[in-house]
Amino acid sequence: MTLSFQAAVAGRGFDVALTVQPGETVAVMGPNGAGKSTLLAGIAGLLRPDSGMAALNGRTLFDLGDGKGAWAPPHQRGIALLAQEPLLFPHLAAVDNVAFGPRSAGVSKREAKAQALHWLAEVEAEHLAGRRPAELSGGQAQRVAVARALAADPALLLLDEPLAALDIHSAPLLRRLFKRVLAGRQAIIVTHDVLDALMLADRVVILDNGRIIEEGPTRAVLERPRSSFAAGLAGLNFIPGILDGAGVRTREGLRITGHEEEPGLHPGLLVASGPSRTAATLPEAATAGSEDTGVAVFPPSAVSVFVNDAHGSPRNSFAVTITDLEPHGDQVRVRAGSLAADITPAASADLGLAPGMAVHFVVKAAAVAVYAT
Amino acid sequence: MIRQGYTGVPGWVRALAVLAAVVVVLPLLAMVLRVDWGQFIPLVTSVPSLTALGLSLRTSAASTVLCIVLGVPLALVLARDTFRLQGLLRSLVLLPLVLPPVVGGIALLYTFGRQGLLGQALDVLGLHIAFSTTAVVLAQTFVALPFLVVSLEGALRTSGSRYEAVAATLGARPGTVFRRVTLPLVLPGLASGAVLSFARSLGEFGATLTFAGSLQGVTRTLPLEIYLQRETDPDAAVALSLVLVAVAIAVVALAYRRPAVGRAGTGQRTTAPAPAGGNVT
Repeated sequence: MTLSFQAAVAGRGFDVALTVQPGETVAVMGPNGAGKSTLLAGIAGLLRPDSGMAALNGRTLFDLGDGKGAWAPPHQRGIALLAQEPLLFPHLAAVDNVAFGPRSAGVSKREAKAQALHWLAEVEAEHLAGRRPAELSGGQAQRVAVARALAADPALLLLDEPLAALDIHSAPLLRRLFKRVLAGRQAIIVTHDVLDALMLADRVVILDNGRIIEEGPTRAVLERPRSSFAAGLAGLNFIPGILDGAGVRTREGLRITGHEEEPGLHPGLLVASGPSRTAATLPEAATAGSEDTGVAVFPPSAVSVFVNDAHGSPRNSFAVTITDLEPHGDQVRVRAGSLAADITPAASADLGLAPGMAVHFVVKAAAVAVYAT
Repeated sequence: MIRQGYTGVPGWVRALAVLAAVVVVLPLLAMVLRVDWGQFIPLVTSVPSLTALGLSLRTSAASTVLCIVLGVPLALVLARDTFRLQGLLRSLVLLPLVLPPVVGGIALLYTFGRQGLLGQALDVLGLHIAFSTTAVVLAQTFVALPFLVVSLEGALRTSGSRYEAVAATLGARPGTVFRRVTLPLVLPGLASGAVLSFARSLGEFGATLTFAGSLQGVTRTLPLEIYLQRETDPDAAVALSLVLVAVAIAVVALAYRRPAVGRAGTGQRTTAPAPAGGNVT
C-alpha cells in the first residue's frame, strides 16, 4: 500500500518525488503556485507529466519518458480526489451522489444505495440523503462529498484544500470529521492551514516553485523550520545565513548570536548544529562556498522594541523600519520587513510606534535558536 | 421588488429600439391582417397543405434526430478535446449558418447528385438521393446542424469538465461519465439546441428546392408549398404562412423559456441552460 511518485512538468517548472507509506497522511503546503494542485492532478491522472513514474501498491500509475508511455487513466487508479468545492453532481440527490462510485464499480443499484447510506451515516449526513445539492449548505455538501469519495473505496485519498471554502462555523466540524476518517488511511492533503497539518497529517511536505524544499514530521518541521515558508507557518522569525560559531552571519554581514542548548527542550528555542537532516536545500541559504549554511530562528514574543540602540551583550539588535502594525491576540505585532515583534498595546502606545518609524528590534541570544540547514 | 431607478439608457436609444421592434413585428401584423379568416380552416386543411405540413413535420423530426446523433459527438469533441486545426473545423462546421441556403443546396447536389462526388458510388448501390425525401432531410440537417453544435458546445464549456474529472476519480469509465454526468448536465442546452435545429429545418427552403426539388408529397415541404401557392392562391399562402409563424412562436417560447428558478429540487439552478445559439444568424 505504498505510493511512489516522481514526475516532471517542464512547462510549470515542476519536478517532485514523493513517497507515501501505507496508512500515512501527508500534508502538502506551500505558497500559491508552488505546484500543489499540479502534484495532486498528476497523482489522480488528470494531468499528464512530461516524464516520471508512479506506482500505487505495486501497480503502475504511469511510466513516461524515454519512449515509454504506460498510463493508467483516472478511473483505473483507485484514487479519489476531494476538492475545495464539493462538486456534487447537481442533477443527483445526495444519496445518488454517494452511490456514484459503487455504481461505477458495477455494484447493483440496491447494494450501492445501501453502501451510500452507510457512508452518509459515517459523515453524520444520513438525514440529507434525499436532498439535492442545491438544497445543501456548504458544510453539508462537503460532508456528502467526503462520503462520496470514501464510498468509492479509494486506495489513496487526495484532498485539495477541503476546508478552504467553508465558513468558520463548518470548518471545525469538518476538521474533526477528517481526523476520524483519515485515521489509518493513506491520504495527501493540500492545505494552507497549519492546524490541518498538525491535526490531520503525520508528515508535512513543503513545496515551492515546483520543488520540495522541506519535509519531515509535522511537529519537527514547525519546531525547527528550514525554510522561511515553514517558519512563517510556525509564526517564527527566520534569518538564513552562514553558521559562525554559536551564531549566523547573513549575506549582508549581520551577525545574530544564538544560545547553545540541548535540542528539543523548548519549541522555538532550539539550538543545534551539525549535518543537515534533510536533503532539501534552501534557496535563501544557498550561498556559495564550503561554509555551512544555517538559520537563526526566534519567536516574535522574544523580540523587544526600542526607539534607541540599547545594545547590551549578549543581545542582538537590528536597526529596522516598521512596515506594519497589526493586532495579534492581545498583543500588537510590529512588522519590519520579514521580521516581527509582539509587544503589548501599552508599550506600543508609549513608544508611539507607527509605520515608517525607525526602531531597533532587540532579542536575547538565549531566545535565538541556531542550527544548520 | 425594488423599483428600478437609474438605467442610463438615452432617450434616442429607446426610440431606435422601438423602431427595431416595429421592423420585426409590423410585417407579421400586416400578414395577420391579410388573413381571410372565413376561409382559413379550409385553406390550411386542403390536401396539398396537409401533405406539405405532414412532410415538413416528418422531415424536420428526422433531421433533428440526425442533428442530435451527429451534433452531440461533434460538440463534445470541439468543447473537450484539443487537436490541430480545431479552430478551422469549428469555423467550417458553422459555415452553413452564414452560407446562402441555395449555395448549400448546390454543394449537396455536387456531393450526392447523380454527377456528384459520391453520386456514382451511391448509384452503384442503387441509392438515388437527389430529389427524394432523403434529400430533404439531408438539406435540413446541413443547415440545422450548426445550431445544435453551437448551443451544445456553449453549454459544455459553461458546465466545464470539473464534474467529469470528479466522476473519473470515483472510478467511472468515460462512457459512464458521458451518460451519467456530461449529458444530464447539458440537457437544457441540448434541448434548446434541438428545438432550434427543428425550427431551422422546418423553415428550410433554398437548399431543399435546389437539392430536392418540389414534388408534392415527396419533397414539397410547407415553405415550398407556400412559395408555390403565392402565385396561384395568395390567400392560401398567407394562411399557411400563419401556420408556420405559430409553429415558430411555439419553438422560440420552448427554446428561450426561463429555467424554473426557485422551485427547490428541480436541480436546474446550477445548470441554467445557456442562451443557446441566439448569437448566430
